[in-house]
Amino acid sequence: MQSIPEIIRTIPLTNYIMLSSALFCIGILGVLTRRNAIIVFMAIELMLNAVNLLLAAFSSYYSDPSGQIFVFFIMAVAAAEVAVGLAIIVMIYRNIQSIDIGVLNKLKN
Amino acid sequence: MTAIIALSLFGISNLFLGFWFPRKTIQLITLLFLVVSMALTVSDWNHELLWFGNMFRTTNTSINFSLIIQLAAFFVVAFSKAFGQDDEHTHPAEYYAIMLFSVVGAILMVSFDHMIVLFVGLEILSVAMYVLTGSDKRNLRSNEAAIKYFLMGSFTTGILLFGITLVYGATRSFYISNIGTILTSTAPESMPSFLFIGVLLIIVGLLFKVSAAPFHFWTPDVYEGAPTIFTMFMSTIVKTASFAALFHLVSGIFGSLYTIWVLPVYFISMLTLVVGNISAVYQQSVKRMLAFSSISHAGYLLLTVSSKQISTTSSILYYSLSYTLATVVAFAVLILVSEYQSARVEKPENFSSFEGLAKNNPGLALCFSISMLSLAGIPLTAGFWGKFFIFSDTFSRNIIYPVILAILMSAVGIYYYFKGIIAVYLKAGEIEKIEVPALFKIALWTCTLGTIILGIYPSLVKSVF
Repeated sequence: MQSIPEIIRTIPLTNYIMLSSALFCIGILGVLTRRNAIIVFMAIELMLNAVNLLLAAFSSYYSDPSGQIFVFFIMAVAAAEVAVGLAIIVMIYRNIQSIDIGVLNKLKN
Repeated sequence: MTAIIALSLFGISNLFLGFWFPRKTIQLITLLFLVVSMALTVSDWNHELLWFGNMFRTTNTSINFSLIIQLAAFFVVAFSKAFGQDDEHTHPAEYYAIMLFSVVGAILMVSFDHMIVLFVGLEILSVAMYVLTGSDKRNLRSNEAAIKYFLMGSFTTGILLFGITLVYGATRSFYISNIGTILTSTAPESMPSFLFIGVLLIIVGLLFKVSAAPFHFWTPDVYEGAPTIFTMFMSTIVKTASFAALFHLVSGIFGSLYTIWVLPVYFISMLTLVVGNISAVYQQSVKRMLAFSSISHAGYLLLTVSSKQISTTSSILYYSLSYTLATVVAFAVLILVSEYQSARVEKPENFSSFEGLAKNNPGLALCFSISMLSLAGIPLTAGFWGKFFIFSDTFSRNIIYPVILAILMSAVGIYYYFKGIIAVYLKAGEIEKIEVPALFKIALWTCTLGTIILGIYPSLVKSVF
């Protein structure tokens, strides 16, 4: 019976870095190209989860728990952010019956 | 350190006070809370200590930054008038509570010694600001500002976190002091290459927060759409805290990786100066002009980032203080004038609604002009010395061309700041006497006097920093 850190260590660290960077870049692309606020929001969550994955991988490779503790902080804060973000999206939906961020362009000269 | 515990408790108690007291009482109580927390902050003076498992460090510099932040919060609370149409339906206590919570985040950001504290502080500050930006629920402009700020803010957090993770991967530590030691003791060539990407991502993440070009595009929209009182909060507190965090990280910890980031940072600083000042010239709205002016001030502050001298810290503190004092006055007068004009003209925040202010409101006109002079950096105001210290400091480190560009750009700045003064004094317009609440008036004159006193006796404060 292998422990989970050992299982994580069977894959080289470089692969984790590549995977997380790829997920992170997909997240960035999603933020930059999508117009729907919820999808943009999910892309941001994808970025945060790429970070979480990489932190967990580093943490098991170095046998250092602080990386995984950081993951808990990120998850807790992301939950708080989701609450506020969805509240903002609901507020906008009530006013304009749409969550397309392209519609919101009142603030341009 | 006790200040952050006290402020959190004060924030929670503020929520309950809302049940029993009207807005004006809560405003006075919040001011009292801030004075108490400032006193608690000062009590740590000259005791360099580590708290919370060595994650939080109080030094004299961090205390000075926290004091500037709390002072700014004090003035913002003093300048707050009714939120929305009436006090009955807006639950004013919650606004004050959220402001106190976000000050806690700002204090965490200026005194962190561990990446978790930086991240949590940044998020406490930002999440509170998302709520405040969107607090004008039925106003579409406020909604738009909130969603833009929220999406950009969480995007930035993602970038910052990825940077922190890569730096952790290279140095195996989240402690700032450990990272600093590891980076100075190891040759950069033997470090994994993702360390450099991590450092750059952290710097980019924080540059988003201080709204340096080319990461500034959200700033004008968010500043314009947010209720003016919270724009005041954003442009002083968020800016000071993020800049303090950036300076602490970049010049302190990443100092040994100087060669990687120094050119990008100077390039960004110059780009910020040009973009901020040139765009501000074309603005019709005072609020938007102040947003671009805050971008350009980030450019001046970024000139100092590569320095390790102790005198630089005091120049930054002086600049932040002078900028804070001038900005709160400018926004405070804007609140009064736009409130008066909102029923009369279509765009109450434009320069044109300031026309003829001096005729019936000489006091307001004087305060506004002095704050504009200070932002432009005219002698005998605090802003002049702020710019002077930063320029001479940067010049003494043999960084010539960015300083020359900065001086040219502050000449451009004079043009758009004087547009405000000209509108107030020389243009004809009809503005009756505007009623100013007593507390508002006291805070306005205190800031204005502060600007002048700092301008005449700069050593008064410079010796403390």
